[in-house]
Amino acid sequence: MHIVVCIKQVPDSAQIRIHPVTNTIMRQGVPAIVNPYDMFALEEALRVRDRLGGGKVTVLTMGPPTAEAALRKSLSLGADDAVLLTDRLFAGSDTLATSFALSQAILRLSEQEPVDIVFTGKQTIDGDTAQVGPGIATRLNLNLLTYVAKIEKVDPEAGSIRVHRRAEGGVQVLEAPMPCLITLLEGVNTLRHGSMPDMFRAARTQITRWGREDAGIDDPTRIGLKGSPTVVTKVFAPKPTAEPATQLEVAGRSPADVAADLVERLFDDSGDLERLLLRQAG
Amino acid sequence: MSEYFDAIVVGAGPAGNAAAYTLAKGGLSVLQIERGETPGSKNVQGAILYSDALERIIPDFREDAPLERPILEQRLWVLDDASYIGSTYRSEEFKKGPPNRYTIIRAEFDRWFSSKVQEAGALVICETTVTQLLRDPAGKVVGVRTDRTDGDIHADVVVLADGVNSLLAQRAGFHGELQPKDVALAVKEVLFLSPQVIEDRFNVGEDEGVVIEMMGKITQGMIGTGFLYTNRESLTIGVGCMVSSFKEGGIPPYQLLEDMKNHPAIRPLLRDSEAKEYAAHLIPEGGYKSVPQLYGDGWVMVGDAAGLVNAVHREGSNLAMTSGRLAAETIIELKSESCPMDARYLTEYKRRLDGSFVMADLKKYKDVPDTLHARPQLFTTYPELMSRAAMHMLHVDGTDKKSKQRQIFREFREQRGLLGAASDAYKMWRALR
Amino acid sequence: MNANTENARPKGRRFQLDPKFEAYKGVWVFVEQERGEVHPVSWELLGEGRKLADQLGAVLGAVILGGGEEEALADALEKACEEAIGFGADLVYLATGEVLADYRNETYTSALTDLVNTHKPEILMLGATTLGRDLAGSVATTLGTGLTADCTELDIDPETRSLMATRPTFGGSLLCTIQTLNYRPQMATVRPRVMAMPAVDPARSGEIVRSGFGMSEDDVLAKVLEFIPDEAREGAQLPYAEIIVSGGLGMGKPENFKLLFDLAGVLGAEVGASRPVIQAGWVEADRQVGQTGKTVRPRLYIAAGISGAVQHRVGMEGSDVIVAINSDPQAPIFDFATYGIVGDAVQIVPALTEAFRKRLAVTRAAS
Ligand SMILES: Cc1cc2nc3c(=O)[nH]c(=O)nc-3n(C[C@H](O)[C@H](O)[C@H](O)COP(=O)(O)OP(=O)(O)OC[C@H]3O[C@@H](n4cnc5c(N)ncnc54)[C@H](O)[C@@H]3O)c2cc1C
Ligand SMILES: Cc1cc2nc3c(=O)[nH]c(=O)nc-3n(C[C@H](O)[C@H](O)[C@H](O)COP(=O)(O)OP(=O)(O)OC[C@H]3O[C@@H](n4cnc5c(N)ncnc54)[C@H](O)[C@@H]3O)c2cc1C
Ligand SMILES: Nc1ncnc2c1ncn2[C@@H]1O[C@H](COP(=O)(O)O)[C@@H](O)[C@H]1O
Repeated sequence: MHIVVCIKQVPDSAQIRIHPVTNTIMRQGVPAIVNPYDMFALEEALRVRDRLGGGKVTVLTMGPPTAEAALRKSLSLGADDAVLLTDRLFAGSDTLATSFALSQAILRLSEQEPVDIVFTGKQTIDGDTAQVGPGIATRLNLNLLTYVAKIEKVDPEAGSIRVHRRAEGGVQVLEAPMPCLITLLEGVNTLRHGSMPDMFRAARTQITRWGREDAGIDDPTRIGLKGSPTVVTKVFAPKPTAEPATQLEVAGRSPADVAADLVERLFDDSGDLERLLLRQAG
Repeated sequence: MSEYFDAIVVGAGPAGNAAAYTLAKGGLSVLQIERGETPGSKNVQGAILYSDALERIIPDFREDAPLERPILEQRLWVLDDASYIGSTYRSEEFKKGPPNRYTIIRAEFDRWFSSKVQEAGALVICETTVTQLLRDPAGKVVGVRTDRTDGDIHADVVVLADGVNSLLAQRAGFHGELQPKDVALAVKEVLFLSPQVIEDRFNVGEDEGVVIEMMGKITQGMIGTGFLYTNRESLTIGVGCMVSSFKEGGIPPYQLLEDMKNHPAIRPLLRDSEAKEYAAHLIPEGGYKSVPQLYGDGWVMVGDAAGLVNAVHREGSNLAMTSGRLAAETIIELKSESCPMDARYLTEYKRRLDGSFVMADLKKYKDVPDTLHARPQLFTTYPELMSRAAMHMLHVDGTDKKSKQRQIFREFREQRGLLGAASDAYKMWRALR
Repeated sequence: MNANTENARPKGRRFQLDPKFEAYKGVWVFVEQERGEVHPVSWELLGEGRKLADQLGAVLGAVILGGGEEEALADALEKACEEAIGFGADLVYLATGEVLADYRNETYTSALTDLVNTHKPEILMLGATTLGRDLAGSVATTLGTGLTADCTELDIDPETRSLMATRPTFGGSLLCTIQTLNYRPQMATVRPRVMAMPAVDPARSGEIVRSGFGMSEDDVLAKVLEFIPDEAREGAQLPYAEIIVSGGLGMGKPENFKLLFDLAGVLGAEVGASRPVIQAGWVEADRQVGQTGKTVRPRLYIAAGISGAVQHRVGMEGSDVIVAINSDPQAPIFDFATYGIVGDAVQIVPALTEAFRKRLAVTRAAS
C-alpha cells in the first residue's frame, strides 16, 4: 500500500497583521506552520498504514525550499518518505496550476511504486479553497472522496475502500475502488507524538527535491502564473463600515436591570423580533 | 540502536546556540534539544544585540543575520506621572566602523542562529523537552531524558542552556529555587508601525535606531525599569520589575505596561501602532551574589540558566553567548586532550568565565540589587522631585534662579531628609561605580 | 486563486478574450438538491445571478441535476424548476438520470461539464457547501478554467465584461478581487448566507430545458451504501437559525456553556461558539461560527465572552442585531455590535434568560 499525503506550509495567519495606516501586509516575524488541516490527513494516512501492518507513506509538498521544515515535521511523526516540489517556475500558481504540478509529481511517485490513496487536507488556511484535492483527483482520474470523517475499511485485496463522508444534511457511506483521493475532515483524529528515534530520522533524512523537470512537467506554460487562469487584480482592506455599539449603562445597576433594559430596547427596535420570539419559543 | 554524542546542549537560545555552534565547529558530535516548535519560538521578541559577543563566534554575522536597526541614539528618561526629564546621547561616531549594537527580533534572530548551528553540523531537535538529567551511580551526568518515547540519549557532557529558572538544574539539585528578589518579570509588546513613521517620529534615518531607557513612576513604586526600542517596522516596548515588587505592589504586569503606554510622554510615540505580540519573561537579576555552581561531573551551565545577566545595563544575550562559547571551547580542549568531562577539568570553564568581562561586570555591580531593594524611593520620590526641579527652573515667573534653586533644595530635604538623600546618592554611586 | 500573489494586474496579460470563448454567454447557477430538497444557498445565488445577468444584459440559467425511481422525487424536481424561475431564472436546465439520484462526484462532474460544453455559459456559480465545493473543484479542473472559492462579493468589470470575484484572504484580514480573464466559464462558489435571500415571484415565467443523462450505474465506480441524515445525529443547524446565542473563551469554563443553552432554550435559539471554544472541546465542532466555521445571518446574535476577532466577525457580521457581552470595554466586538454590555457574561447571561422569560410571559399573558 502506497499512500501519498499532500501538505502545505502556510504562514500562521493568526499572526499576520495589516498595517492600520498603509493597509499593507506586515510579514515581520510571521512564522510558517504546516497547514493545520493537513496534519489530520497525515495522521489518518499513518493510521491506515499502521492498521494494515505495512506500506509506505510519502509526504509531498510544493513550495519554497523552506517548506522542507514541513516535510521534516511529517517525517518526525512517522512518514516514510518526503518529496519537496520546488522551482521558481511554480511561483504564482493558482489552484489549477498547483493541482496540475502535484498530480504530475504523484504520477512520478507512482512510477516508483503504484499509489493507492492520496490524502489532502480539507482546505488550506491561506488559499482556503478546498479545490486542490478535487483538482488532483480529476486530473489523475482518482475516485474523489471529499470531507471524509471516517475510514471504515480498506481492503487491499479487493482494491476498495469504504468511507463516511460529510454531505449536506447527512453522512454518506460510500464504497469506491482504489486508487482514490481523500480530503479529510478536521478534528477526526488526534495527532500522535513522534518517538525520539523518529525525531533523529527526520533530522537526518536528506529530503528529495524535485524541480519542474524532475516532476515530469514538460510544458512550463501549465504551471506558475502562466498556468493559472485566475488573476488577483486587487488586494484591499475591508472598509470599516460598522458603527460602534451602543453601550448600555452598567455602572451601579444590577445584571437584572441591565438585562431588562436590553430586552426592552430590542423589542422597541423591532416588533418583529418579539413576534419571532413568541413563535420560536412557543 | 542507542544514540551517543560528544555533547548534548539543552536549549536553543543565545547561550545554547553559541555553545552548539562552537562545539560543532570544533568537530564534536553535538545534539541540541529545544522544547519550542522552532528555535526562538518561545523567546520574547525584540531585544538589543551586542555585536562583540557574537563577532567572536561568527565574525561575519552581519552578512546574513536578521538585524533590525543599528543604534544611533540612546535616551534616558526619568519619568513622573506627567513629565519626564532626560538625557540623550547621539553621535555620528556610532556610524563609523561596524555597529556595536543592533535591535533584533529574537524569534527571527534565534532562527537564523540555529540555521548556522545546523550548517556547522550539529543535530537540532525541536518540540522536545528535556525532563531530567541521566546520572550514573556515582552521580555523574551521562545524558538526558526527554518527553518522547525511547527518549534517553547519552553523551560525554551536557550543556545546560535552558534559560532562566532552569528546572533541570533544580531537579538535579545543582541550585535551589529562584528567589523572588533575584528575579525580575518583564513584559514586552511589539507594536507595528511603518518604517517611515518610525524614522520621522524618532528623528533617525533609514538604517538607524533609537533606544529609550526609562525609570521612575512608570514602575509605580516598584523596583524596575522600562524600555522602548525601534525595530525596522515595529517598536518594542516593555517594563520589568522584580518579582518581589510585583508581589508587594499588587499591580499585574500587563496593567503596568498598559499604564506606561498611556503615559502622556510615551503615548504619542506609539500612536497608530498595532499590537502584534505580548509576552512575559523572567530575567535573573540577582547578579554576582546569586550565581550558582557552574559546572560539575558531566555538566556545565551557561547563560540565563546560570543567572548571568547584567541587570544594570540590561545585557543578557551577550553574557549568554560568551558563556556558551567559553564552555564549548573548554569542552573541545578537554576532548582533544582526552580528559574526562569531570568537575576537576571542567573547572577550567569557570576560570575562563572569571577572566572574561562576564564575571568582571557582574562583580562590579554586585551590590546594586541590594541597594535598590533598600531604596524604593529611587523609583518614586526622586523622579517627581527631579521633574519639579526642572519645572521650577524652566518656568519663567519672575523668581530669580537662586531662589528657585533654594526652593528645589528645600523640597528634596523635606521629602527625603538631607542625610537620606545623600546616603542614597552615595550608595547608588558605590554600587554603580 | 492564490493568496500569495499580492501584485495587481500582471503586466503583459491579454485582456481580449480568446475567440473560442466568445460564444460563452449567460450566467448560470447550479441549483443544489438532495432527495428533492433544494439548498437555500441556491436561491441566494439566483438572486445574485439575476443582478449579474442584468448587468451583462444576459440570460440567467439554473441547472438542476437529479433522478431516481420515485415519483415524489420527480415531482420535487419539477417543483424546484418552477421555484428557480420564481427566484429569477430565465431558463432551467434539468438533466435527469438514474445515476444522479445521489450526489457522487463522478456522475455530477460529468453531467455538469456536459451541460456547460453544450450551452456555454460565461459564468457558473455554485454554493460553497460540501457538495458545491466538491463538485466545483472537479468541474473547473475538467474544463481547465478558473474558480474562485468562498466569494463574498460579485460584480462585473465593465471594461472586460468579466466577473470580479471578491473573497477574504490572509486569514480574513484582507479582501482580494480575483478575475478569470482568459478562460470561460468563470466559476465561483459562495457560502450560504453570504448573499441575501431574494423575494420569490410566482408569476414569473421561464423555460425548462430537459435532457437525459445517459450514464448507467455499471459505469459508476463509487457506490452509496447508506445515507445517514442529520436529524438522526442531532447536529446544530446554525446557518439558517433566526436567533443565535454564541459563547467564547470568556465564558470561562465548559460548564458555563449551560447558561447559554438555557438562554437559547428560552429564545428557541441555536448555540454557537468561537473557534478556541471548539478547539478546547467545550462544544461540538459544527457550532463554530466564523471564517473556518459557519457563516450566519440571524435576526439576533448574542455574543458572550467573544472578543470579536476578524475571523469570527466575518462569520456573523451579517446578523441584523448583535448584542455583545464582554468584560473588556476595549474588546473589538464593541466596534461593530449593535448593543454592548460591559460586564461578566457569567452573570449577565442568566439575567438575560430571566428577563426574556419574564417579558415573554407578560406579552403572552397580554395577548
Ligand atoms: C524583556 C526582556 C528584555 C531583554 N532585553 C535584552 C536585551 O535587550 N539585550 C540582551 O542582551 N539581553 C536582553 N534580555 C536578556 C536575554 O533575553 C537573556 O539573557 C538571553 O535570552 C539568555 O539566553 P539563554 O540562551 O541563556 O536563555 P533563553 O534565551 O531563555 O533560551 C533558553 C532556551 O531553552 C529552551 N528550554 C528551556 N527548558 C528546556 C528543556 N527542559 N528542554 C529543552 N529546551 C528547553 C527554551 O525553550 C529556550 O529556547 C532581555 C530579557 C527580557 C526578559
Ligand atoms: C486561519 C484562522 C481561522 C480562524 N477561524 C475562526 C473561526 O472560524 N471562528 C472563530 O471564532 N475564530 C476563528 N479563528 C480564531 C480567531 O482568530 C480568535 O482567536 C477567536 O475568534 C477568539 O475567540 P474568543 O473570542 O472566544 O477568545 P478570546 O479572544 O480569548 O476572547 C475572549 C473574550 O472574552 C472576554 N471575557 C473574559 N472573561 C469574560 C467574562 N467573565 N465575561 C465577559 N467577557 C469575558 C475577554 O475580554 C475577551 O474579549 C481563526 C483563526 C485563524 C488563524
Ligand atoms: N502547495 C501545495 N503542496 C502540497 N499540497 C497542497 C498545496 N496546496 C494545497 N495542497 C493540498 O490541497 C489541500 C486543499 O488546499 P486548498 O485548495 O488551497 O484549500 C490542502 O489541504 C493540501 O492538502
